[in-house]
Amino acid sequence: MPQRIVIVGAGQGGLQAAVSLRQEGHTGAITLIGSEPHLPYQRPPLSKAYLKTGDANSLRLRPRNFFEDQNIELLLSVTVTRIDPAAQTVEHSVGSVPYDHLILATGTSNLRPDIPGLDRALDLRTLDDAEALREAVSKAQSVAVIGGGFIGLEFAAVARAFGLEVTVAEAASRLMARVVSPEMSDRFLKLHRGMGTTVLLGAPVSCVTETGIVAGDVPVTADLVVLAAGVRPNSEVAERAGLATENGVLTDARLLTSDPAISALGDCAAFPDPTTGRLVRLESVQAATDHARLIARRLVKGDEASYAAVPWFWSDQADSKLQIAGFATPEDEAIVHPDGAVFRFDGDNLSAVETVNAPRIHMQARKLFAKHQRPTRDFLAAHEYEIASMLR
Amino acid sequence: MINVTYIQPDGSETTVTAQPGDSVMQTALNNNIDGIIAECGGSMACATCHVYVEGEWADQTGARMDGEEDMLDCAMSEMKDTSRLSCQIKLTEALDGLRVHIPEEQA
Ligand SMILES: Cc1cc2nc3c(=O)[nH]c(=O)nc-3n(C[C@H](O)[C@H](O)[C@H](O)COP(=O)(O)OP(=O)(O)OC[C@H]3O[C@@H](n4cnc5c(N)ncnc54)[C@H](O)[C@@H]3O)c2cc1C
Ligand code: FES
Repeated sequence: MPQRIVIVGAGQGGLQAAVSLRQEGHTGAITLIGSEPHLPYQRPPLSKAYLKTGDANSLRLRPRNFFEDQNIELLLSVTVTRIDPAAQTVEHSVGSVPYDHLILATGTSNLRPDIPGLDRALDLRTLDDAEALREAVSKAQSVAVIGGGFIGLEFAAVARAFGLEVTVAEAASRLMARVVSPEMSDRFLKLHRGMGTTVLLGAPVSCVTETGIVAGDVPVTADLVVLAAGVRPNSEVAERAGLATENGVLTDARLLTSDPAISALGDCAAFPDPTTGRLVRLESVQAATDHARLIARRLVKGDEASYAAVPWFWSDQADSKLQIAGFATPEDEAIVHPDGAVFRFDGDNLSAVETVNAPRIHMQARKLFAKHQRPTRDFLAAHEYEIASMLR
Repeated sequence: MINVTYIQPDGSETTVTAQPGDSVMQTALNNNIDGIIAECGGSMACATCHVYVEGEWADQTGARMDGEEDMLDCAMSEMKDTSRLSCQIKLTEALDGLRVHIPEEQA
């Protein structure tokens, strides 16, 4: 069992790794290193409740004394600059630490496409971003959002509720196209337009100006521009250390990188999907925390099990709670059940279930995936798409 | 200061203090209470913060929120009349002394 464990990145997954290592019984040193100045906090509320309440304390995942009590060395405002895999040390902005095992939990950064004037646009990734954005929103009358994904739309819903004039510009032909079905995209398009938000589809933003943006060929006037056009994994440090990367730090099914003394988790890790074997990188609280727990069990208990957790995700937009169980790719077929649940199929197999304000079906779908992995169309048809009966 | 006692499935108890406005979930995490996972951070999206409220306290903790029952119904451990999502119980002085039981399994 490795004695000195160092975790790079003190976000959702890095914090969970530290917590789980202690819960599993690790008695050796744990060093958690994060470049942000804040105690580890959760990001999901940044585009939801936090924008309304401004309450940063409720985002905090653990209080400061937790780290002392658990004997976890927490280095904040410290950035890891280099990993030396041969010497098993990491160098950071104020020194270096040796490790027996290293966990990379560096997350992602906002994509900043090469658009003229983009430096005028605000990001929404960190607590500091959200603080600045909250302030800017309170002074603005109108806002243009670049990107119609989850974060852009959550923000748009809050801004609209504040009474701002809101325009969302999305380059693709539908909203949240990377993850949800066309049917669900459509449903949310109606929701946002119904709230009075202008949604432009197939409208890549070509520049940000003093008066707003140009989306497609359409000039949009806005006092404030928010960038939510996706992210890229923070894998440069890993790459420079010679670790294999491929849209993220590459891992095997145990979340071990190409160096057996280094694991990777969460938003920065590209790992084989347990049901299809395809390489995926998920951006969700679920993946970050389930990854962390698996790695802790391996390091402490020697449990070499492959990662097999069922993916799930949620997004709150106005009064609609979208929940997704499983994981679908954009091409997956969609079958809409009369009660509104959308069943996605990858060939003959169920890949995901999307629901809105239907937590029961969502929870049942998660149980279904845990029990049957990839149920077939015939199986679903035989049960008339009633998940409860498939669980009996 | 509000005292809250968490009782593990094996009967062992831990009493901790909380501030008004904290949730029973947040209080558990702050004090490293085993068995409260709270993956979604209180968004009512995970059901890994399930507790059973003890005895007469069940009257004090109020009614379940919209959608809470559906989540509880599908939680890993059986839903009982006293089941709550601990992220949805906000602490007030009136809840000083609250006792909650942690279920066998959360995830
Ligand atoms: C606005 C917003 C809303 C979201 N909403 C949802 C939601 O509703 N549901 C959901 O499931 N997910 C949501 N997510 C995604 C979720 O927050 C992420 O998937 C999750 O935080 C990933 O955890 P992580 O540990 O991999 O990365 P992060 O939590 O991003 O943490 C990575 C940390 O590593 C630090 N770091 C990076 N490089 C270094 C270095 N070299 N040295 C030191 N530190 C470093 C970073 O500063 C960062 O603090 C949302 C994200 C955002 C931004
Ligand atoms: S913390 Fe997720 S439902 Fe309570």
